[in-house]
Amino acid sequence: MSAVIETRGLGRQYRRTWALRDCTLAIPEGRVVGLVGPNGAGKTTLLRLAAGLLAPTCGTISVLGEEPAAGPAQLARVGFVAQDTPVYARMPVSDHLRLGAWLNPAWDDEMARRRIGQLGLDQRQRAGSLSGGERAQLTLTLALAKRPELLILDEPVASLDPLARREFLRGLMEAVAEDGTSVVLSSHLVADLERVCDYLVVLVASRVRVAGEVSALLASHHRLSGPRRDPGALPAGQEVIEESHTDKQTILLVRTDEPIHDPSWTVRPVSMEDLVLAYMSRARDDRTRRLEVVS
Amino acid sequence: MIEFQLDETSGVATYLQLVQQVHQALRLGMLEPGDRLPTAQQVVAKLAINPNTVHKAYRELEREGLVRARPGLGTFVTRSPSGTDPATQARFLAAMTDWLRSARTAGLGPDDIEAIYRTAFRNCFAEGVA
Repeated sequence: MSAVIETRGLGRQYRRTWALRDCTLAIPEGRVVGLVGPNGAGKTTLLRLAAGLLAPTCGTISVLGEEPAAGPAQLARVGFVAQDTPVYARMPVSDHLRLGAWLNPAWDDEMARRRIGQLGLDQRQRAGSLSGGERAQLTLTLALAKRPELLILDEPVASLDPLARREFLRGLMEAVAEDGTSVVLSSHLVADLERVCDYLVVLVASRVRVAGEVSALLASHHRLSGPRRDPGALPAGQEVIEESHTDKQTILLVRTDEPIHDPSWTVRPVSMEDLVLAYMSRARDDRTRRLEVVS
Repeated sequence: MIEFQLDETSGVATYLQLVQQVHQALRLGMLEPGDRLPTAQQVVAKLAINPNTVHKAYRELEREGLVRARPGLGTFVTRSPSGTDPATQARFLAAMTDWLRSARTAGLGPDDIEAIYRTAFRNCFAEGVA
């Protein structure tokens, strides 16, 4: 299966700060990818590199087998919705559709108008007077109507209320069901993505901490609880992602492809949220340790 | 036609929840051979989940031999799960109910009971006793 986004040692530096570094990924096609991480982790940088809006400082990135924004043909295959779903505030909805039709060779006008109709948007209304949810739906419609093979969305639901969020994701998933479009969407809230993603990339402090199929990740991570013990004494192949201890008890989140045989552990499955939070706090602890070493 | 629901607090994978709901609907007679399952599109429109999740659940049901996908028409129930016969199920349900009542009378709360059940379940299936 070919990769929709493939990066190797990808990095991007702004002045002296690295927004993204050592990023190596191979995202298979047909997935809905959740790019998760705290604010400032480098999510927007990675998405803008993929959309060809930024050039890498080092490393390589290919999107649908080509360099991002290599030319009009490559651009036509990728849809990008920037953060805060920007629209032209003074332009009516109908002009957004006309502009889309004029700028995009494969524009599906019938689909765009049908979607706008289903959403109950008045085409004469100025985009600036739409609600947040309606504006997000308008930008999603514009991105879908260009019939992209890959749709990239930067924090599309962050500013929406729960109902508008659900409506937006429903619209997005219906499009995926219809066309098999590959999707990459970022969020700092895991709960938004839990239902829709089948591939996860966790990005913290400019580095990819874990990436893979959600089902495989959930199957290989376990929460162990039992009597207090030293995590260093675990069998080889069990990597501790997160640990906490009281004087009597030890709770671990481990990654392993082997079954857990030790009967003194109570083994529980982890949710996507547990998993993301564990990698986030591990990244934070690494950083704290590094700072301690420096000082 | 059945309608799926999701329990987001259950910790059970979404595709597995769909599989289990079909099993249950078959056991309860809400689905019968010949019935069509909702299309991925319909499930997605209702639950706002990834369509691949629906496909995965239906593939699993197909692997179990309970449904068959007919291209362009949909996914249809072919047979009910070859579970134990209703009389045996009823016998064990009655025994379990008696056991739960006596546990309650002995002062065990829902958490105690669940912990005992889970441990026994795990021991039983882990050792291959069942």
